[in-house]
Amino acid sequence: MSSLEHAGPPGAVASAPSAWDFFADRAFRALATAGAYLILLLLAFILWQIGRKAWPGMRDYGVGFLTSTNWDVGRGHFGILPAIWGTLYSSFLALVIGGFFGVVMAIFLTQDFLPPRLAVVFRTTVELLAAIPSVVYGLWGIFVVVPAIRPGADWLYSHLGRIPFFGSTLSGPGLLPAALVLAIMILPTVAAVSQDALRQVPYRVKEAAYGMGATRWEAILKVMMPTALTGIFGALVLGFGRALGETMALAMLIGNSNQLSLSLFSPANTLAALLALNFPEAGPREVAVLMYAALVLLAITLLVNVAGGAIMAMAGRKAGK
Amino acid sequence: MSPGVIPAVDRSVGQGMAVGARPVPPSLKRAPLERRALLSEALTAGAWAAAIIASVPLVSVLYMLVVRGGARLHWSVLVELPPAGFEMGGGFGNAIVGTVVMVGLGALISVPVGILCAVFLAELGPHSTLAGAVRFAAKTLTGLPSILAGVFAYASVVLVTGTYSAPAGAVALAVLMVPTVVLTAEEAMKTVSRITRDAAYGMGCTRSQVIWRIVLPTALPGILTGVMLAVARAAGETAPLLFTALFSSFWLVEHGAVKLMQPTASLAVLIYNFSGMPFENQIELAWAASLVLVMLVLFVNIVSRLLGRRRA
Repeated sequence: MSSLEHAGPPGAVASAPSAWDFFADRAFRALATAGAYLILLLLAFILWQIGRKAWPGMRDYGVGFLTSTNWDVGRGHFGILPAIWGTLYSSFLALVIGGFFGVVMAIFLTQDFLPPRLAVVFRTTVELLAAIPSVVYGLWGIFVVVPAIRPGADWLYSHLGRIPFFGSTLSGPGLLPAALVLAIMILPTVAAVSQDALRQVPYRVKEAAYGMGATRWEAILKVMMPTALTGIFGALVLGFGRALGETMALAMLIGNSNQLSLSLFSPANTLAALLALNFPEAGPREVAVLMYAALVLLAITLLVNVAGGAIMAMAGRKAGK
Repeated sequence: MSPGVIPAVDRSVGQGMAVGARPVPPSLKRAPLERRALLSEALTAGAWAAAIIASVPLVSVLYMLVVRGGARLHWSVLVELPPAGFEMGGGFGNAIVGTVVMVGLGALISVPVGILCAVFLAELGPHSTLAGAVRFAAKTLTGLPSILAGVFAYASVVLVTGTYSAPAGAVALAVLMVPTVVLTAEEAMKTVSRITRDAAYGMGCTRSQVIWRIVLPTALPGILTGVMLAVARAAGETAPLLFTALFSSFWLVEHGAVKLMQPTASLAVLIYNFSGMPFENQIELAWAASLVLVMLVLFVNIVSRLLGRRRA
């Protein structure tokens, strides 16, 4: 008892905090709380800053900006419908391709297909795919993907050119190579989040299915997938969100052409690519318009990501029960 | 678990039961040629094929980097300045310096703020309304397209200071790094055991002392993993630098003086600029720069992996 009452005589186990300790404690806690507020402020500041700079553009061009297809700096005509269309179309294509491979990869890695050593190889492959910078994918797309798919694209155009999807030639950059590279870039996101969703399904559920005589794929498709469905759906939405905001690979591969087309081979544009390509040389008037475009991109990605987050939260709550 | 076919239940079982005779035990024979067994095998083959197809791009990227980038990689490339239009030779020494400086500055801004914020989330008020809002903000920032971080830095640094500069690029990168640091540092601090903490409180430590002497040192490897991941991601980012740091063909340090407030080169922007040029020399340099950038990113990734493993 007595040793606790003394403030630190030799041999005492502990001493009461000094006035300095109290002060330092308060100060540090205030600092950490300030750090937390700072993150909130940062998000608010980003929204405010982009919104503020976009205001002149919004005032001058209004809603028509979203539905016009012209982009003529000289005449002051600006419209981003082709860019919105290109963003959604390329991301959707990437989602179909990358989502399929991502989910299959997640099944492949979680459902005991592989001996542990081989599983490490494929897991590392997926992680490395995520680690490579997008500008490197862009470079690779220009020099590998475009030449590789051009013969196939030309064949499709000359034989099935009547179908709108193949309605033009691939003259270099275009929607399909961009979407393919985009698919590769969202595959790791989809695979990682889907893997988490599949791992949350208790192992005994699968054992029960096996016990009832299900084959491996019956167990996967009729038991595991439905159980993990919400999580996998969330993975796809998050992947879509990533695809919407991806910039460099698209700026390098999509061809930067303002046209509305269903064709997979024609050049197109996306909001992010529009910003990347026009911002460096923009005058003050164009900057306002580009800020408006940035605000539209921000709104679309926020919407998709918040939806994805909500779905993931729902999946987590379901698994928790 | 053997991956093969699980014995199918004999169809006669149900009928046997219906007549009321003694239940016949299900047949446990393998029926590998049954339709659904074959379907399962076919799907397994399909999954293998898909996994291998999904690995092709990585192999192709790495192959191209080694062949095309490796061919040009030489000491001189790492220390020389970028060549102009028709010039031969040259390198991207200033871009390496620029990338390191901007990522370093970005980390200097984002890491302290991120860790302080994580301390609040994990230790001070994990269940408070503020914590909920901050977590939501951090997750939202994770999904922020990197080009918008650039737009933000352009509006709040470039337009204010009146010049493209390294700090503008660093601010854009910091915006992208902060959420990663916050979320991983919070996770790392959460894993510190309750008992150790309580022991420290029992000794009469203040909360800050517990955080500084117990939680932060214990969670350090996890926190560093998060920081390294953020650094690796930032090093490869191009979009946020395009119109904040721009590009430059000169050194950041001239005559012994560091000039930060000027356009600054980076590896990523160099690759982007050179990839679109019609000159073979520049394209070779773009590949070599890609190789250097990927090695840099992978190196940081591996270090973070090692740190993470030591914790486990």
